[in-house]
Amino acid sequence: MTTSNHYSTSQTTTFVKRKLRNNPSAQRWRQRFFLGLFLIFLLLPIYWLVSMSFKTNTEILSGFSLFPKSLTFDSYIEILTDPSWYMGYVNSLLYVVTNMLISILVALPAAYAFSRYRFIGDKHLFFWLLTNLMAPPAVFLLPYFQLYYSVGLFDTHIAVALAHCLFNIPLAVWILEGFMSGVPKEVDETAYIDGYSFPRFFVRVFIPMIRSGIGVTLFFLFMFSWVELLLARTLTATDAQPIGAIMTRTRGASGIDWSLLAAAGTLTILPGVMVVYFVRNYIAKGFALGRT
Amino acid sequence: MAEIILRSLAHTYDAKAGADSDYAIRQMDHVWHQGGAYALLGPSGCGKSTMLNIISGLLSPSEGEVLFDTERVNELSPEERNIAQVFQFPVVYDTMTVYDNLAFPLKNIGMAKHLIPAKVHEVADILELTSVLHRKAKNLSADEKQKVSMGRGLVRDDVSAILFDEPLTVIDPQLKWKLRRKLKQIHERFNITMIYVTHDQLEASTFAEKIAVMYDGQIVQFGTPRELFERPAHTFVGFFIGSPGMNFLEVTVDEHNVHFSGLRIPANPRRLQSAIASGSSNIKAGIRPEFIHVWDEPNDEAFEVEVQDVEDLGTYRILSFYLGGQIVRARLNEDQNIPSQKAYVSFPEQWLNIYVDEYRVGDDDE
Amino acid sequence: MNKVENNKAWFLVLPMLLLVAFSAIIPLMTVVNYSVQDILGSSAYFVGTEWFKDILNDSQLQQALIRQFIFSFTILAIEVPLGIGVALMMPKKGWRASLILILVTLPLLVPWNVVGTIWLIFTRTDIGLAGVGLRELGYAYNITRNDGDAWVTIVLMDVWHWTPLVALLCYSGLQAIPQAYYQAARIDRASRWAIFRYIQLPKLSNVLVIGVLLRFMHSFMIYAEPFVLTGGGPGSSTTFLSQTLTTMAIGQQDLGPSAAFSIIYFLIILAVCYCFYVAILNMGRDKNTSQPR
Repeated sequence: MTTSNHYSTSQTTTFVKRKLRNNPSAQRWRQRFFLGLFLIFLLLPIYWLVSMSFKTNTEILSGFSLFPKSLTFDSYIEILTDPSWYMGYVNSLLYVVTNMLISILVALPAAYAFSRYRFIGDKHLFFWLLTNLMAPPAVFLLPYFQLYYSVGLFDTHIAVALAHCLFNIPLAVWILEGFMSGVPKEVDETAYIDGYSFPRFFVRVFIPMIRSGIGVTLFFLFMFSWVELLLARTLTATDAQPIGAIMTRTRGASGIDWSLLAAAGTLTILPGVMVVYFVRNYIAKGFALGRT
Repeated sequence: MAEIILRSLAHTYDAKAGADSDYAIRQMDHVWHQGGAYALLGPSGCGKSTMLNIISGLLSPSEGEVLFDTERVNELSPEERNIAQVFQFPVVYDTMTVYDNLAFPLKNIGMAKHLIPAKVHEVADILELTSVLHRKAKNLSADEKQKVSMGRGLVRDDVSAILFDEPLTVIDPQLKWKLRRKLKQIHERFNITMIYVTHDQLEASTFAEKIAVMYDGQIVQFGTPRELFERPAHTFVGFFIGSPGMNFLEVTVDEHNVHFSGLRIPANPRRLQSAIASGSSNIKAGIRPEFIHVWDEPNDEAFEVEVQDVEDLGTYRILSFYLGGQIVRARLNEDQNIPSQKAYVSFPEQWLNIYVDEYRVGDDDE
Repeated sequence: MNKVENNKAWFLVLPMLLLVAFSAIIPLMTVVNYSVQDILGSSAYFVGTEWFKDILNDSQLQQALIRQFIFSFTILAIEVPLGIGVALMMPKKGWRASLILILVTLPLLVPWNVVGTIWLIFTRTDIGLAGVGLRELGYAYNITRNDGDAWVTIVLMDVWHWTPLVALLCYSGLQAIPQAYYQAARIDRASRWAIFRYIQLPKLSNVLVIGVLLRFMHSFMIYAEPFVLTGGGPGSSTTFLSQTLTTMAIGQQDLGPSAAFSIIYFLIILAVCYCFYVAILNMGRDKNTSQPR
């Protein structure tokens, strides 16, 4: 007994020493330092955009300053009072929301089918779906233009919303399938035994169970539709033109209107900020897409 | 190896704790002796996992001290305390083989390379893991994984104690029994202190020499399985252990009897004396269903009672009857007659315990 | 999970199928159609595989493809380890965690052309913080003249834009690791590195495959960001496949060759992604057999 006691004490002291060398609080500060560096790297370009939007063009071009010297809201006022500017935001939001609605509505039943049933051609279908995620929008530019032109949808919000379905529906099916597979099948069976019909079960029981999954899916749908420009620009001319396309107007004969461009850019970031704020609690766990 | 002493220990997760109810563990003193096989039994939420984590050092207690022999270890981390812990869900290093899993703690403490294989094989042999030693831990079944978790605790010679946190939860029933026996063998062989947390009385009583029953943040009784059964120190122990649990009657007392809705039941005078001395009005009489005597015929000692129900449980039956409006249960052996409407029961003085403010009183020197 | 055999499930899939077919199959047929014809005004001749041969032999396109692969693998090599590192350093709970989560997600929700704009403003040598800063430090930074500067800036921009995706995937993967694993590791006296190598990394493998897959796909399709920032230049040093294709199809109206190019482009992405897909599938299978719960 005594020898083993002795052994354990000497062990203990060596580990105390090791602990001192590997100081956890120093490690914590090191982590904060590097994380801080990364955050600065992320925020600095955004800061520069925002600060420029509050400067006048003369200030921007006349000299270099870290902070706006004379705070001006002229660019924002111009954007928010000129319909040809702000309608760009409205157009973008319209087709994004339309696309989110369409995508989630058709993806929910499809994802359920993939997560619960085996049916003829299911694997091939799923793989084909995923291939659409990989289709470069550039490939589809011309055919889309011709297709939507011939069916009279050119320059409408619905055209862009449908075009974005190309990658958003497969994405939604894929993400939702992951979350749905995480719900035990017994849940379905119990509900049927309790006398639920399929539609009622799906809406009342199943959908609430994968709330966070739907939240994350909507986040991704928003993200990819909001940030895409190539298709949106090609399929619209004036009536449904996205803000991204309108921004090129700042390139005038006398050079680029930097302040206006920066303000327009800043305003495109805001909807994103709001979306992240709403889904922040889902992101932490749900971002793994049910596949951990 | 060490004796684990808890001195005036208390813990709360609430930084501004005031009332008793804010405490996950209320102030207590306790000693776990070196080499014992102990169980910590209690319902979920009673504080048993908190207690285990305090002993292992994953939690630091808000009040009091944890001593290993004479050394205060409050500030020491689990690795410095040399404690091994097995969790509810098996924790294995998925990408390593079983062999590497078992060798991992040895490599970490810097054991000489040539000593490792012998040690790993010894442990694998005891746990019957030799045949899967070179498989990836990821592909094992749940019970094999749990054995690997235990094995990692056993390979180190220097562990002070092994703590088990409901380790058999995910194991199939027939394997549970095998693993529990394995644990007992290991205990006999290594003479290591083991503390086994569970909410299952059967698991506790088959594994442990002594059981600590926890209730509401306190250890309400620490004793052998037999003591817990025959003389539960707290009404909770009576209720929680045994199936069905102990019968409790709210009574008043005089020097010879307890009074219960007009009935006078004779009881042990020493116990009654203590109850009277306490001056409390919260007095209960408790008797286990196994100790209630059921007679076939009326006699002087027996009370006539109305039968509510007889439940057949295979080797024995449970008789439920009304005693002064309250349902009381008694156990009938297989060979006993089954009373139909009326039954005649008596309460042997020896087995009628008296509880004041939920704690058993009298005859401590028995 | 054992799935039930049920062909009625097709009805659940049907709406989705119709929509995706409309936005994928019909255009794809058009592309295939163009790729085998020579279209002049209103008349078209069948030319078979002519365009495909031209495209495959076009040295300019080959170079764009090589640039594309170098770019994609460079950003993967930077973003994956960096993303893991950031995820490991992010706080696990509290208001700080929420705040950092929101900040890190920010770049993902900036429209891609605005990403280009942000970096244009940031790196211009007359008005940009980085551009002016580098000049002040004595480095003759110039993305419109210097190939290397342009390339490094584009890579940095992509790291800025997409490392958050990898970081968030990993962060969320890390959150899913039960506390008991860390406790067991402490008791086993595992070093910080061992905890990462044997607990965190294995649990991250699934999300990492997703992250690598998504990053590869999107980097292979990158268009708006470099287009706005460098316009593909100087020369064609930052011209990647999407831009080459768009120039060919819209700018020059070479329908046949650009259609053939489209198909080859698509097939390359498919081939690479198929490998990842098989990897994911195998991983899923392992998981199902080994973890009964």
